[in-house]
Amino acid sequence: MSTPLAASDLRKTFRSGKRTVTALDGISLAIAAGGVTGLIGPDGAGKTTLMRLAAGLLVPDAGSIVCLGHDATRESLAVQAKVGYMPQRFGLYEDLSVQENLDLYADLQGLPPAERPDRYARLTEMTGLGPFADRLAGQLSGGMKQKLGLACTLVRPPRLLLLDEPTVGVDPVSRRELWDIVYTLVRDEDMTVLLSTAYLDEAERCADVILLHQGRVVGQGPPASFSDPLAGRTFLVTGPVAERRRLQASLAKRPGVLDAVLQGDAVRVVTDAAHPPDCDDLGDSVTCEPVSPRFEDGFIARLKDKQDHAPLPGVADVVAAEDEAIGVDGLTKRFGDFTAVDNLRFTVRSGEVFGLLGANGAGKTTTFRMLCGLLPATAGRLRVAGVDLRRAAAKARGRIGYMSQKFSLYGNLSVRQNLDFFARAYGLRGQGVRERLDWALSAFELTDLADAESGTLPLGYRQRLAMAAALLHEPEILFLDEPTSGVDPLARREFWARINALAEHGVTVLVTTHFMEEAEYCDRLVIMAAGALLAVGTPAEIKARAARDDRPAPTMEDAFIALIQQEGAA
Amino acid sequence: MSTTSHEQRPDLASESGSGSGSESGSVSGSGSGQPAAPGCGRNRRLRGLLRKEWLQILRDPSSIAIAFVLPVALLLLFGYGVSLDSKHVPVGIVIELPGPEAASFAGAFRQSQYFAPVFYATRQEARAALRAHELDGIVVIPADFAQRLKGDRDAPVQVIVNGVNANSARLLSAYVQGVWSTWMQRELSDRLIPVVQPVNPETRIWFNPEVRSRNYLVPGLLVVNMTLVGALLTALVFAREWERGTLEALMVTPVTLREILLGKLLPYFVLGMGGMVLSVLMALFLFQVPMRGSLWVLAACSTLFLLAALGMGLLISIVTRNQFVAGMIAILATFLPAFLLSGFLFDIDSMPVAVQAITHLVAARYFVAILQTLFLAGDVWSVILPNAAALVLMAAFFLGLSRRRLHKRIE
Amino acid sequence: MHRILALVIKEFLALFKDPRSRFVVIVPPLIQLLVFGYAASYDLNNVQYAVYDRDGGYAARELLARFEGSPTFSRAQRIERQSEIAELIDAREVLLVVQVGPRFTADIAAGRTASVQIIIDGRNSNTAQVALDYTNRIITDFNRDWTAARGLQGPPVHLVTRAWYNPNLESRWFFVTGLVGILTLVVTMMVTAMSVAREREQGTFDQLLVTPMRPTQILVGKAVPGLLIGLFEASLVVLVAVFWFEIPLVGSLAVLYTGIVLFLFAAVGVGLMISSLAVTLQQALLGAFLFMVPAVILSGFATPIANMPEPVQWLTLGDPLRYYLIILRGVFLEGAGFPLLVHEMWPLAVIALATLAAAGWLFRHRMG
Repeated sequence: MSTPLAASDLRKTFRSGKRTVTALDGISLAIAAGGVTGLIGPDGAGKTTLMRLAAGLLVPDAGSIVCLGHDATRESLAVQAKVGYMPQRFGLYEDLSVQENLDLYADLQGLPPAERPDRYARLTEMTGLGPFADRLAGQLSGGMKQKLGLACTLVRPPRLLLLDEPTVGVDPVSRRELWDIVYTLVRDEDMTVLLSTAYLDEAERCADVILLHQGRVVGQGPPASFSDPLAGRTFLVTGPVAERRRLQASLAKRPGVLDAVLQGDAVRVVTDAAHPPDCDDLGDSVTCEPVSPRFEDGFIARLKDKQDHAPLPGVADVVAAEDEAIGVDGLTKRFGDFTAVDNLRFTVRSGEVFGLLGANGAGKTTTFRMLCGLLPATAGRLRVAGVDLRRAAAKARGRIGYMSQKFSLYGNLSVRQNLDFFARAYGLRGQGVRERLDWALSAFELTDLADAESGTLPLGYRQRLAMAAALLHEPEILFLDEPTSGVDPLARREFWARINALAEHGVTVLVTTHFMEEAEYCDRLVIMAAGALLAVGTPAEIKARAARDDRPAPTMEDAFIALIQQEGAA
Repeated sequence: MSTTSHEQRPDLASESGSGSGSESGSVSGSGSGQPAAPGCGRNRRLRGLLRKEWLQILRDPSSIAIAFVLPVALLLLFGYGVSLDSKHVPVGIVIELPGPEAASFAGAFRQSQYFAPVFYATRQEARAALRAHELDGIVVIPADFAQRLKGDRDAPVQVIVNGVNANSARLLSAYVQGVWSTWMQRELSDRLIPVVQPVNPETRIWFNPEVRSRNYLVPGLLVVNMTLVGALLTALVFAREWERGTLEALMVTPVTLREILLGKLLPYFVLGMGGMVLSVLMALFLFQVPMRGSLWVLAACSTLFLLAALGMGLLISIVTRNQFVAGMIAILATFLPAFLLSGFLFDIDSMPVAVQAITHLVAARYFVAILQTLFLAGDVWSVILPNAAALVLMAAFFLGLSRRRLHKRIE
Repeated sequence: MHRILALVIKEFLALFKDPRSRFVVIVPPLIQLLVFGYAASYDLNNVQYAVYDRDGGYAARELLARFEGSPTFSRAQRIERQSEIAELIDAREVLLVVQVGPRFTADIAAGRTASVQIIIDGRNSNTAQVALDYTNRIITDFNRDWTAARGLQGPPVHLVTRAWYNPNLESRWFFVTGLVGILTLVVTMMVTAMSVAREREQGTFDQLLVTPMRPTQILVGKAVPGLLIGLFEASLVVLVAVFWFEIPLVGSLAVLYTGIVLFLFAAVGVGLMISSLAVTLQQALLGAFLFMVPAVILSGFATPIANMPEPVQWLTLGDPLRYYLIILRGVFLEGAGFPLLVHEMWPLAVIALATLAAAGWLFRHRMG
């Protein structure tokens, strides 16, 4: 038993309504003992299914999976006694305290009482949960909950640890801490870790990476083996900051360019062969320099659909009535004694892509809901699209589009019925409804799915539909609440391409996100902590604030963490 | 490198867990409910689950509310709201021509607790009042009442009741008849008129001589409440674990299915019994229902019934995995059948055969029979034993099926 | 206006595409209709009884034959020993025992009053009373026929009871008309109580609130489907009551539908109030349940309101079902018109206005 986990010709299908979905299509793999193996793949690639099969929670249709020398299907109880598995939504008992959760899992895992004090001490030291032992799990922050979930899986040290997207929806600070714990486990407790993730930057932290796509293994090897083939094919194209979106759009359309994304003020380009993109006609101010490839480049190069489409055709130019799209002054929201948002002040200019960032519980969502008129403010001035939200909420709402974090259209209505309803709810009628419907279906490539029940669509399509619904009435301002949470990198790219196209046409976009590289796509952003504003500015300005001698060019994530830590120290 | 260091400690996991060191050896089948480790590991797991469940019950007021507040509130509402004992029924007495006979007859109504007589001089007025729902019935004492009494012809005296509520109307006419025969007999014997009454029924109502409807309604309500409480308790809590994802985390621990089921069943059993005790106390002391059977039989039968009710809740939540659907089914599958088909309000023997057949599937039916007997009649084994046997069967059925339908798989 | 229409259309689409909601609208009414219609009755038609005939004479046989011939009673068991009475009644094998004394025929032939003992199981006091009423009637008839046939002097006057509106005193007429009320309530409440809560839970309510629709428009859009479905359900049950259960519909449809519509407004108001208070679907379900159970119990559906203690009777004044049942039974059985039922209609209108206003207020103030 040299490998802790081996699968051979593993197949698993599910029935979803009338369709059969193939989650795993005959995969074979083995992971190396000791070390972190990353399971990477877009949404629906079969990552969770593989994890569950390994933990003996599912029965495969064909093939076998062997975990620590036991067949996970036939000897599931033996496997469950030896592996640690943390599901994507770890089921903490939220009405039990941290200590009680640990006790429960110690009992269930059969950890003898004599060994508990040492183990608890070790786990609390590792996770930093010590001060919160008596706090109810439900009152912990998102990152803390993940760490407690991890601690519960670890009460009896397993030899194989399965982590299913442990960092999803977790802010960068907590994400970094979780990774530190994982490394410690591998180093000190000689554990083998299989970790699935949708964050491509995390793949680079793994010793070995398995790339899953549509139920098949597309590649396996160290992260470098994915990015190395791209050596000489990655470039950073820099042009005027104000023109960067147009530059990106123009580069993306060029032959030979596989991928073009914004990175800071520049555009990162991946080409299909080892030569730089053709930049000659872009003007003198545009420079192109080679950069070293990242894992993400390798991922995209392997999986990206070669046919590119125009990101969003047929968007009419929006001419905003005034320069200020959103004006916030002294915005405060209290729930009882708790101040969720404290005296915020910022403005969003028309036609900007404006980001709202913050750790879990920083007050982003509350602010967001107040801006959309979903939550009355306790105090402060709030102008949206030139209208005071307190006075003419309905008028303001007619000029904004809103897309919430969770899919929030009617899941049992068809795509067309949903669009039709929202068009009418926004006051369109007759010919107007038909025109906008046709536009939405074609611009978002939903025509073939127009009569499909929207709840059964894959996540990426639901996201498109939600965005289409928010744009039916051609709003001046678009509010997007963590629109890409849980969406795989390919869909995220597509999504941002659409946002950029909208911004090009003068639509103001306000977006919250957990992804730090997405923060770079914004023109300006604010960072919030504990209900207050930490920083406002362009991505470059904010990064500059975190620059130190030992770190002259911090990433957005570095800057974010530095700002949060400064605040915590102060 | 790491591989070699790993192989030096090949059995790290089972060594550290000394309480369950034999796990890897003893396990043969998966998901078959065989304990992964005998002895203390198993007890510890069960103990852990029980403690967890208790803490949750203590912190989440909803279980306590379902177990204690719901039955108390329902029993109060039903105990006071549901009664078939009429008192002071408004009855119109039409005296077309006042006279001593008419006055004496009308006086008989005044003395009865059951009636609240209202007097009229004409039929028209009384009929209008009946139509306006001011009266439930009318007794017409005709102008020639005195002559008729003296005559030897069999003359009629008219009684009109509002028949919309057939049961009340029937009881009303029976009471009028009662007042009438008593008065008539006295009147005739006072006047020494010889009258032959060939048969005189002597009635004895056993177990509930004062025919207090509360005496049988309250035990029945107790059953309806406990059916609802038992099923709701387990139906919601299990589905909640599915929804919150806690069950998936539980499933990947070495815990066995039997431990999971017992860990759920025992705490809610204790809670349900608490609600039961409270309800029985209310029945005895608040509603003054007599208790003629023995308490230990009551306790034993309640145990059986609660196991069946909890088992049904477990099954519902295992099958649905969704709190909303589980709650809805629990209400539909328990409340209405217990109310309608248990024989607590409506006589089962008078239902169509097909409906009677369905009543055999309702656990409440057996418990209603047991409780009405225990409270009002005593330890009548010929009633208790067959019904208790049926409860055992139902409990075994629901718990057994729950065990079969619960898998350590999440499909 | 056309926004409301769009919302109404969407509500219907969403409602009938969701299997859960279809279930709520279709299954419980069907179950209740069949089960209530057939099971809910205080009438007895299959009374198990035993006869302990210690006389055996012709008079006794003639009396007992009348029991045997009655549709209420099933075939008698004959018993031979006194102790069997207790055995049979204790075990609930029989509801009552008719015991004829040893000198029954002799007494009756001699013109003396003979006695018959009726021993009844009083565990269910209502059943006992109903059964007792049946036996008394049999004996009264027997007495009259016996004296008449032999030219004896019976009592000079006897009571003749006539039941208005329901001459044969069929419980079913009472329960099925009540059923029309309960089913209307259940369906309307379920549809409206779930409507906002479902959207809240699925997150679609936010999406609705960011559209330029005003809360009042949303409220109306949510109320209309409840009204229409309630109207449909009520009509369906009325049809079944009239054509399947053959309940007479004496009064006018205009009065009936005025009552139905008023009641629907009240029920929709309560449902929307619960819905705007509830955060999750489950809370809405529990809320609807917690409203409906007392509403049914206190409505006079199964047991008369007059039998309740006075404070409980005051509570019933707030129960819309109470008024609705009186209207239904009034129209169906009594043929009552507006002048009589206006006293039941205005409280319904008051309840409807109060609950709809409260729901509207909650809508505006619970957006957070």
